[in-house]
Amino acid sequence: MGAFFLVPIGAMFEFSTRGVGEGAARTLVSWTTIVTFPDLVKAIIASLELATITSVAMLFLLLPTMIWVRLRLPRLNRIIEFLCLLPLTIPAIVLVVGLLPVYRWMAENLSDSILTLAFAYVILVLPYTYRALDAGLSAINVKTLSEAARSLGAGWGTVIWRVIAPNMSGAVLNACLLSVALVLGEFTLANILGYVNVQVEIAQLGQANAGVSIAVSVASLLFAFVLLMVLSFVGAARRSLRSKPRVRDPRLEAVWGQKA
Amino acid sequence: MASTAPAVRAGVEVRLENLQRSYVGVSALNGLSLTLAPGELVALLGPSGCGKTTAMRLVAGLEEADGGRVVIGGADVTNLPASKRDVGMVFQAYSLFPHMTAWQNVAFGLQMRKVGQDERQRRAYEMLDIVGLAGFAERFAHQLSGGQQQRVALARALAINPKILLLDEPLSALDARVRARLRDEIRRIQLEVGITTLFVTHDQEEALAIADRVGVMNKGRLEQLGPPTEVYSRPATPFVAEFVGLTNRLAGVVRGGEVEVRGARLPLVRPDAEDGPAIALVRPETVSMTTDNDASTGPLVGTVTATSFLGATSRLTVDLGDATVLAQLTTTDASKMPPGTRVRLVLRPDPVLIARDETASAEA
Amino acid sequence: MTVTGKPVTGIPVMETARRPREGGRRLPLHWVGAAPFIGYVAVFLLLPTAIVVVGAFSADGGPTLANLSALNQPQLITAFTSSLVLSAVSAIVGAVLGAVFAYAVATGNPSGLLRRIVSSASGVLAQFGGVTLAFAFIATIGGNGFITLWLQAHGLDPYARGVWLYELPGLVLVYAYFQIPLMVLVFLPALDGIRPQWREATESLGGSTWHYWRYVAGPLLLPAFLGCTLLLFANSFSAYATAAALISQGDPILPIAIANLLNSETGIAQPGIGQALASEMIVIVAVVMFLYAVLQRRTTRWLR
Repeated sequence: MGAFFLVPIGAMFEFSTRGVGEGAARTLVSWTTIVTFPDLVKAIIASLELATITSVAMLFLLLPTMIWVRLRLPRLNRIIEFLCLLPLTIPAIVLVVGLLPVYRWMAENLSDSILTLAFAYVILVLPYTYRALDAGLSAINVKTLSEAARSLGAGWGTVIWRVIAPNMSGAVLNACLLSVALVLGEFTLANILGYVNVQVEIAQLGQANAGVSIAVSVASLLFAFVLLMVLSFVGAARRSLRSKPRVRDPRLEAVWGQKA
Repeated sequence: MASTAPAVRAGVEVRLENLQRSYVGVSALNGLSLTLAPGELVALLGPSGCGKTTAMRLVAGLEEADGGRVVIGGADVTNLPASKRDVGMVFQAYSLFPHMTAWQNVAFGLQMRKVGQDERQRRAYEMLDIVGLAGFAERFAHQLSGGQQQRVALARALAINPKILLLDEPLSALDARVRARLRDEIRRIQLEVGITTLFVTHDQEEALAIADRVGVMNKGRLEQLGPPTEVYSRPATPFVAEFVGLTNRLAGVVRGGEVEVRGARLPLVRPDAEDGPAIALVRPETVSMTTDNDASTGPLVGTVTATSFLGATSRLTVDLGDATVLAQLTTTDASKMPPGTRVRLVLRPDPVLIARDETASAEA
Repeated sequence: MTVTGKPVTGIPVMETARRPREGGRRLPLHWVGAAPFIGYVAVFLLLPTAIVVVGAFSADGGPTLANLSALNQPQLITAFTSSLVLSAVSAIVGAVLGAVFAYAVATGNPSGLLRRIVSSASGVLAQFGGVTLAFAFIATIGGNGFITLWLQAHGLDPYARGVWLYELPGLVLVYAYFQIPLMVLVFLPALDGIRPQWREATESLGGSTWHYWRYVAGPLLLPAFLGCTLLLFANSFSAYATAAALISQGDPILPIAIANLLNSETGIAQPGIGQALASEMIVIVAVVMFLYAVLQRRTTRWLR
């Protein structure tokens, strides 16, 4: 079973390192010439920018809202959860049909930069990032922490970004990495809306120069893989931190909401 | 299996002969031999890792012994798989099938024995009645409390009329109040049905309360086997003395078959012990005291520092300066000596066990 | 908090939210906190969805069923049924193989190496779709693919009867690549929820392995298995990018039909048809996901 999964990845490596002509030597030409394709480079940069913007926007939109709902509007919780999981039920290809008119309006009245894709990408990442942040928020005692900070004179900005977020850094990192992975792999919205991100460029390039396309594919795959590895290491590191013997102080437990 | 009603069944003798079991080089059971008389309830008591659960699983057939035999009702079942041994087992928790109602759970063993649907259901309802859950037959596991779930598990184990009932710490996952009540229920049902029972627990109170005999285990061996009163008041080894009930450890010196502890002379359980320094193990209920108003001093004079109210009795902590002693008195007596009172201890001359080491409880 | 009647300080957001200046009762002010999020989602999720659903029933500004009848073109019906068939087949293939694989992992050492490798690999591979996957398969068994060349060198030509990679059968193979890991990912928790006590209780009550699977483990896992299969179905049904990269012409499946329609003249002139097609998809996926949710509830109740 493992072979089935490893073979295509291996094949990509193989393909991208082929030399020209029969029995030619292996070459990294496909890889090194990546930088000589201006459209490709532009697309890669655009995708990276989109990934960053989406992550930041997602955090600024989602985290304060989730915290606020937990503290003040618990009845809204189910609605927020529903909204965040809704994108799972609405396939990208369907969403984009409805987004066409919206984006047409935006292109005419605001901007037609590829970076406007970030608006839609934030929606796409909602289900995954919501779950990640929700897990993080559930593990700490948000109410107590925020009340303590407020009683010491902190404004809401401080409470969110300098008290709560650092205490769920694992979940925040998790959410950001998930966003980045998704944005880098996104094709449907970009393609149909007429923007050229890295996946679209790979597809277009594939017609002409398969080797280079495949090289970039492998690179993006490796990148995503590395991201997920980092994610699991961060998770493991935090778990081992928690498993170190800690002093059992009921006051700490009340604040941290977790058993030592 | 004859489809008789779950009437009182003559209990069966169960013998464990020299059972051995080890995991990855660690020996969990080191030659355990034990015979359960028909209809008897034997409790296996000990700390975690002592081998009591392993012993039970060997009897059940869930694990294979590396050596020794298990004989149930005269038949050697050592090589039989669990499904053919006709044992009823109650686990610590989570053993009810979640997709079946209570009665379906109870009827499951009967289903395995190809009893017809109507007959199964009738007997399942009967069993649930016996364990006190008459109206709960149609409930699912997640609709039952912990105590109720264990009752269903008990009914399920008994429904098949097994030769032996095995209970693996059935009360450990329940809260204290439920535990005490269910403990007595289990004993009542066990006596009513007359089934030979092996009860594994780490809670000495449980074991002492319901067992006919208690087997105290430590590190894969049986340290003492006897009626609860005997295990409690005449512990065979220091481990048993300290695991069952409370013990005071008082430094003293052995001389000529007696141990001198803080001026008092106490006889020894084993009078042939060697002379020399030793730790005497003294039960709190053998310690009594008189108030001492003058400023006299002595090795057995001290101050009451704390009182624990336990109902009919109370436990007093007495500070002797270089040692602390626990004494158990009737609450009436204890109330005459509140914290702060200066007292003189009197040690009753019961034979005591001694330990040689400050730390260990091992003794030659 | 509003001790002085001043509004709560705003939460940093991307768009400028209006900050009410009036000090008021607690409740309305609290709702302001959620407004940015709801507003954002309304514009970029609810609005497009509404456009699709409403647009399916309107043309030239008025309500109509003409778009729906336009769906009856044979081409589009074929696309629809092909989508269903492809999704069903890849769901079943992925579910069965994935379940077997998951079982092998679940019964092994819970902290062993195999388990950890499979868990992280499944996480990666389940996300590995789209263009990159398509190209990986082209590199493997495409026209100039690694395996293709190897097979041809040994006298076997997998494409003797036409290059099937770029058609439906090829899609099934390629989809399996992310369906199987997805199955492992979502089915493994259910397998982990099977408690060893149930097996032991069955044994002690006289049941054999067959009895255990027939009466205990089987019924307990069935909702989870069906639910996960449904999830795979929805996943496959919604997939676009992979197919788009492999298939260059025609409307073999629904997502591609939608894409082609959006770019065609008829599509631009009559957006309603594309929206009707999209609505068709929503209906199917919504029904499937609803059934999945129902089955999941039962699974979590039993196998927590």
